[in-house]
Amino acid sequence: MGAATTTVPRAQPHHPDPNENYLKAERGIMSWLVTLDHKRIGIMYLISVILAFAVGGFFALAVRFELFSRGHTIMDADQYNRAFTLHGVVMVFLFIIPSIPAALGNFVLPIQLGAKDVAFPRLNLMSYYIYVFGACFALYSMVTGAVDTGWTFYTPYSMRTTSSVIPMVLGAFIMGFSSILTGVNFLVTVHKLRAPGQTWTKLPLFIWGLYSTSIIQVLATPVLAITLLLLCLERFLGLGIFDPKLGGDPVLFQHFFWFYSHPAVYIMIVPGMAVVNEIIATFTRRAIVGYMFVAMSSLALALLGFLVWGHHLFVSGMSEYATMVFSGLTFLVAIPSGVKVFNWVATLYKGSIRLESPMLYALSFIFLFTIGGLTGLFLGMLAIDVHLHDTYFVVAHFHYVMVGGTVMGFVGGLHYWWPKMTGKLYNEGMAKVAWFLVFIGFNVTFIAQFIMGSRGMPRRYYDYLPEFEIFHKTSTIGSWILGAGFLTMLAMFIISLKSGAKSTRNPWGSAALEWQTPTPPPLANFIKVPTITRGPYDYHLATEEELSEQ
Amino acid sequence: MSQAASHAESAPASHDESHEAGHDEHHGPAWLAHHFDTPAQQFDAAKLGMWAFLAQELLFFSGVFVAYGIFRSWYPEAFSSASHQLDRVMGAANTIVLLFSSWTAAMAVRSSQLGKKQQTTTLLLITIACAFIFLIVKYFEYQHKFHAGLLPGKYFGHPVDGGLFGAIPAGHGHTPHLAPKAHIFFSLYFVMTGIHALHVIVGIGVLFWIVKRNAAGEFSKEFFTPVDLVALYWHLVDLIWIYLFPLLYLID
Repeated sequence: MGAATTTVPRAQPHHPDPNENYLKAERGIMSWLVTLDHKRIGIMYLISVILAFAVGGFFALAVRFELFSRGHTIMDADQYNRAFTLHGVVMVFLFIIPSIPAALGNFVLPIQLGAKDVAFPRLNLMSYYIYVFGACFALYSMVTGAVDTGWTFYTPYSMRTTSSVIPMVLGAFIMGFSSILTGVNFLVTVHKLRAPGQTWTKLPLFIWGLYSTSIIQVLATPVLAITLLLLCLERFLGLGIFDPKLGGDPVLFQHFFWFYSHPAVYIMIVPGMAVVNEIIATFTRRAIVGYMFVAMSSLALALLGFLVWGHHLFVSGMSEYATMVFSGLTFLVAIPSGVKVFNWVATLYKGSIRLESPMLYALSFIFLFTIGGLTGLFLGMLAIDVHLHDTYFVVAHFHYVMVGGTVMGFVGGLHYWWPKMTGKLYNEGMAKVAWFLVFIGFNVTFIAQFIMGSRGMPRRYYDYLPEFEIFHKTSTIGSWILGAGFLTMLAMFIISLKSGAKSTRNPWGSAALEWQTPTPPPLANFIKVPTITRGPYDYHLATEEELSEQ
Repeated sequence: MSQAASHAESAPASHDESHEAGHDEHHGPAWLAHHFDTPAQQFDAAKLGMWAFLAQELLFFSGVFVAYGIFRSWYPEAFSSASHQLDRVMGAANTIVLLFSSWTAAMAVRSSQLGKKQQTTTLLLITIACAFIFLIVKYFEYQHKFHAGLLPGKYFGHPVDGGLFGAIPAGHGHTPHLAPKAHIFFSLYFVMTGIHALHVIVGIGVLFWIVKRNAAGEFSKEFFTPVDLVALYWHLVDLIWIYLFPLLYLID
């Protein structure tokens, strides 16, 4: 893929101060709150999603603690219903969906394209405030009694419950717009703002992942928006569209909901995969094997994601032919997923692997996502799904995908780009301790859930039979280890901000474009607009200077 | 993208009028954002963004279209009888009004491309006037439905006296005898036309904003992107109505 990356100046009358960077360029809180700089908006998103993660994590620990022993432990059944709903809603809508695209993507995408900013900077800021506005609605719902429907808001219960459904649903509705606008922005940026020489085949795979994600965000999110709007109207006006008492169809809600929420799984996982590509290339010092296959598998996941929503409704009452079609289509998802995993493994083979903390998270991603993906096949299998439906097996499966996948990708990416974002290094030893706790804690928590789920423990139950006690206890203890891991990580990052050593330009020795600009990046991302002449992973073509730290 | 090409050609001509206070360089006319290299690039980006946004709008409406399809197939008699309660003349009038306004919006883009500022303003104002006519007709339709108790869902059969839509004489309400489940038809009618009307209202706001910017001389032969984009949006509003009209009014 071409010769070495050179930074050829282009139509650039004056050169900004090389020591100037986006963190120092302007000062004061207002310079952050009204910034149009994608890097600062990315950082604001980052802080927001980490706060959301803390809130969601708090509810997770509360739910697990309640289940530590049978009967009443710390809350009653009604509080338990609200706690697990809040865990789900906060984690999905406030954390996982925006985590990688809006936080890391906002920071990294334009730099990897060699662009000065995203295509619509004002829209970018607006989308952040829409996110905050939506989060306020969710918060309002939490303090006015919360929601006890589960994060899926299934009708007809969500129409009948007296809990605070409307503000929460409106919150999700509003946050949907934030997601759509980010998607539109990224789509256009990738199409129109690539640096000279940045052809589609030289795009970093992170960009391919975000591009595919953006397609899903733009095309799936509005369907959720109309669904949630109809749900609100159903509560206000009794439309009769979802209400069986009035002649409506509650299963229609499930169809609509999953038409968004299944593709949303790929809004969650594809960016995680995209991060893993970057990390693996950097820490094996190799080009990702089968670049085009990996790039196209992101698109394939985005497209297949729209065709498989029916597998959430196998036991909701569908014709057997429909279930067969959805089951078959669901299996197809394994192909692009498999392409990615095999290509990562092939890249690792004979790579010079460095087990630094981002790489540990990337390897965890492969390990955990593989388990999550393969157990998805169990659930896509019609007969087996009837047994496993709505058991802890499902809970464990989607946590292996969402936490083992997205969260590992997000945290790995955060470690990886942290020096570029903050200009600071973190304590690698402490990072490894945190990783170890997270990895062990996660597996202890959810392997127990696979076992009890396969033995018939239903999800969302407040109480359980004595034979499940050992699994619940194990799972809860795992959640404490997991929590300790994330707290260690938080402490590590705070210490890094306060007293971390200054990072060099390219601390990992990566050949990718974002590491060729100063750390932290200048306001316009590059001192001179780069001309791209080789791919981001062409280590054999990169010069010593490009790979050096300085 | 011939417009884009004309942008590119005209770029060097306007190169000198640079008074942009971007944070790193000055390389074009004021309306060229700092992160774009050429006017053509900016125009293409804006246009692509708008198309992506409109695709999103279509998917948004698709939800109610799907619901419509399902319930119409389940309750065909209810839909047919309820549909006859709608005023076809008013619906047809509104269709013509919107089609005409879409044409004036398209003409506004053309006149903006030609740099005819006054003509653009006039055409945009006609578009806005049509949008208001549409809403007024809609108001009378809604008022009639409210009066007759042709309301969505659980309010079906309960004529409204007064309220948001003005004072309607009490006691004159008369709900016609309709096939069961007709309330679902009216639920969909109000949701679909209501969301559409919301888009008309947003369109009026945006059109006024564009008129103001046009009057302030922001647009020229070189830069007419916002006029182009608002027209695209308006065409979508028109397009959706063109689907709503037969689906709701012309069932037989």
